[in-house]
Amino acid sequence: MNITEIIVVSLIKIVLVIVMILVAVIFLVYFERRISAWIQYRIGPNRVGWKGILQTTADVMKLLLKEDIVPSASNKTLHTLAPIIALFVAFSTYAVIPFGPDVTIFGYQVKLMVADVNIGVLYVLALTSLGVYGITFAGYSSGSKYSLLGGIRSSAQMISYEVSMGFSVAGVLLLSESLNPQKIVLAQSGWMWNAILQPIGFITFVVSAFAETNRLPFDLPEAEPELVGGYHTEYSSMKFAGFFLAEYANMIIASAMITTLYLGGWQIPYIDKLGLGVTLTTLLQVGAFFLKVIFLLFFFIWVRWSIPRFRYDQLMSLGWKVMFPLSIINIIWVACLIMIFNL
Amino acid sequence: MNLELILFIVLALIAAVSAVMVITQSHPVMSAIFLILNFFALAGLYLLLNAQFIAVVQVIVYAGAIMVLFLFVLMLLNTSSEFKVLTDKKFIKFFALLISAFVFVQLAYLIFFTKPSNAVKGNLNVSSQIGTIQNIGKELYTNYIIPFEAAGFLLLAATIGALILAKKKFE
Amino acid sequence: MLTEFGKIFVFVLLAVVFVAIVIFFAKLIRPSRITHEKTKIYECGEDAKGSPWVKFNIRFYVVALIFLIFDVEVVLLFPWALSYKEYGTYGFLAGIIFLLILGLGMAYEWRKGDLEWARPKITPPELKNTSNKTEKINS
Repeated sequence: MNITEIIVVSLIKIVLVIVMILVAVIFLVYFERRISAWIQYRIGPNRVGWKGILQTTADVMKLLLKEDIVPSASNKTLHTLAPIIALFVAFSTYAVIPFGPDVTIFGYQVKLMVADVNIGVLYVLALTSLGVYGITFAGYSSGSKYSLLGGIRSSAQMISYEVSMGFSVAGVLLLSESLNPQKIVLAQSGWMWNAILQPIGFITFVVSAFAETNRLPFDLPEAEPELVGGYHTEYSSMKFAGFFLAEYANMIIASAMITTLYLGGWQIPYIDKLGLGVTLTTLLQVGAFFLKVIFLLFFFIWVRWSIPRFRYDQLMSLGWKVMFPLSIINIIWVACLIMIFNL
Repeated sequence: MNLELILFIVLALIAAVSAVMVITQSHPVMSAIFLILNFFALAGLYLLLNAQFIAVVQVIVYAGAIMVLFLFVLMLLNTSSEFKVLTDKKFIKFFALLISAFVFVQLAYLIFFTKPSNAVKGNLNVSSQIGTIQNIGKELYTNYIIPFEAAGFLLLAATIGALILAKKKFE
Repeated sequence: MLTEFGKIFVFVLLAVVFVAIVIFFAKLIRPSRITHEKTKIYECGEDAKGSPWVKFNIRFYVVALIFLIFDVEVVLLFPWALSYKEYGTYGFLAGIIFLLILGLGMAYEWRKGDLEWARPKITPPELKNTSNKTEKINS
């Protein structure tokens, strides 16, 4: 490929991924409301569009037209910067997720990911570690006690679980010997999914992902009874929508990362034995990736409407006294596994 | 002008400007933001040098962990604006000028009057691979195993020391 | 390799531009009728009391401190994990010793109670007097 082709192909991929994120987020919000209604035996949104499918679009339009109220006690620059940081972090992590194997379209070899970097996993970890700032700045800049407490709580929660997340990832790296997401997926061929080989690491990573995305049972930063709205108490209009979209975008990226690191990514075990054509196999594999992500998203929503919120001291002791030692045990377990079976 | 040079100039400009902004902002949290931006620009420069591990460490440890600690301290102490204590004294200004002139002369000498080291002239392929994480891992486990374990002990000492100091200061 | 990072750069840039456009567009079409009452911060409908920047618990700072140290250890562990398979028993021992030292720090914090979160002791209220009162009311 020459340079123009590379640029054209990459631009198409980038625009496709950004559009995909937006559509996915909008549908995710709708499905969360429908599934919660289904779980609680309610009806849920069903007026706007067919079965209420345009509800989120209508909500975003409403937020677009709302007045943006910035408290006079707040720090204006930081107040505007915070949702932008949150969205920036949520969006930019999608660049390294592989959606499928390398494919040949119109004679071009195309990778089904935006950028194939050899430090992909660390790139995601580095960016998620910056996610703290969006929330901390939002809490600090609002000039409200509720916001400040929510922001501080949230950042302490996120950094606590980030450590166990890092250690869980180290367990995956032991087996794959690479930080490249595509190579990690390829290392999990057949039944050798990391979720099966290192179940402890899988559990610690999933729990940490819940905590990092501030989802129930870890949604302490916006615990309504004690903190009103937490860090976004003083946010309105499009800035509030920014935090809202970022939360759901983070949920999708967390599901995609769990799929890539532990559930074999786009791989379907032993599909090459079936003797299907190349095109059909690839399509099935890409479909498998999205199915896995959708299942995990359903799991996120399912957990949210089934489990009550933790108390803050329970949250911290779960993070430091349970998840952290477990993730270290997982590393030793994987190291022993490699020593014994020469995987 | 090739792409690398353009990128270098852009990143170096961002780094320099943000570094100046860190010390000129009166609001400490704003300084912290510019410091984070500065770390990012530095990480970009490391990537240009093919030092991917250092680049990622720069973002994860400096921008992601140390700055969080800084922010917590800033929020805990809640210094809304810096007091201008030292700037009014003449001899301090003179002293600062002297030191910065000295550092400038040093840097200028290093850049313009010394020969580049031999490491740069070596095989380009080898030198572009030296910064990958796999290579750093290999070096850590062959040549630098003792310093690596010593670093572990250093961190242990840091844990204990930091906790004792934190308790003493605030209780 | 640089081209791949270039793609990421373009991706991030487009994402930021998209966010900026949306926020700017929203600014054009939304109303702006700010009054003094609207710009007050929310405090259950009352006027806000005291400084909003309250002093929070020192434990948050200690958590950030512990996080910083373990974050450095994670980063040091990544190169070990990536070249682990090449070194067999030697690599295993090197990693285990490092993890043991890490565990020592962990044990110290656990023992000293730095991982505990302050928890108010809740004592159940005395029920004697109230029962008497209700009896009086009922009789």
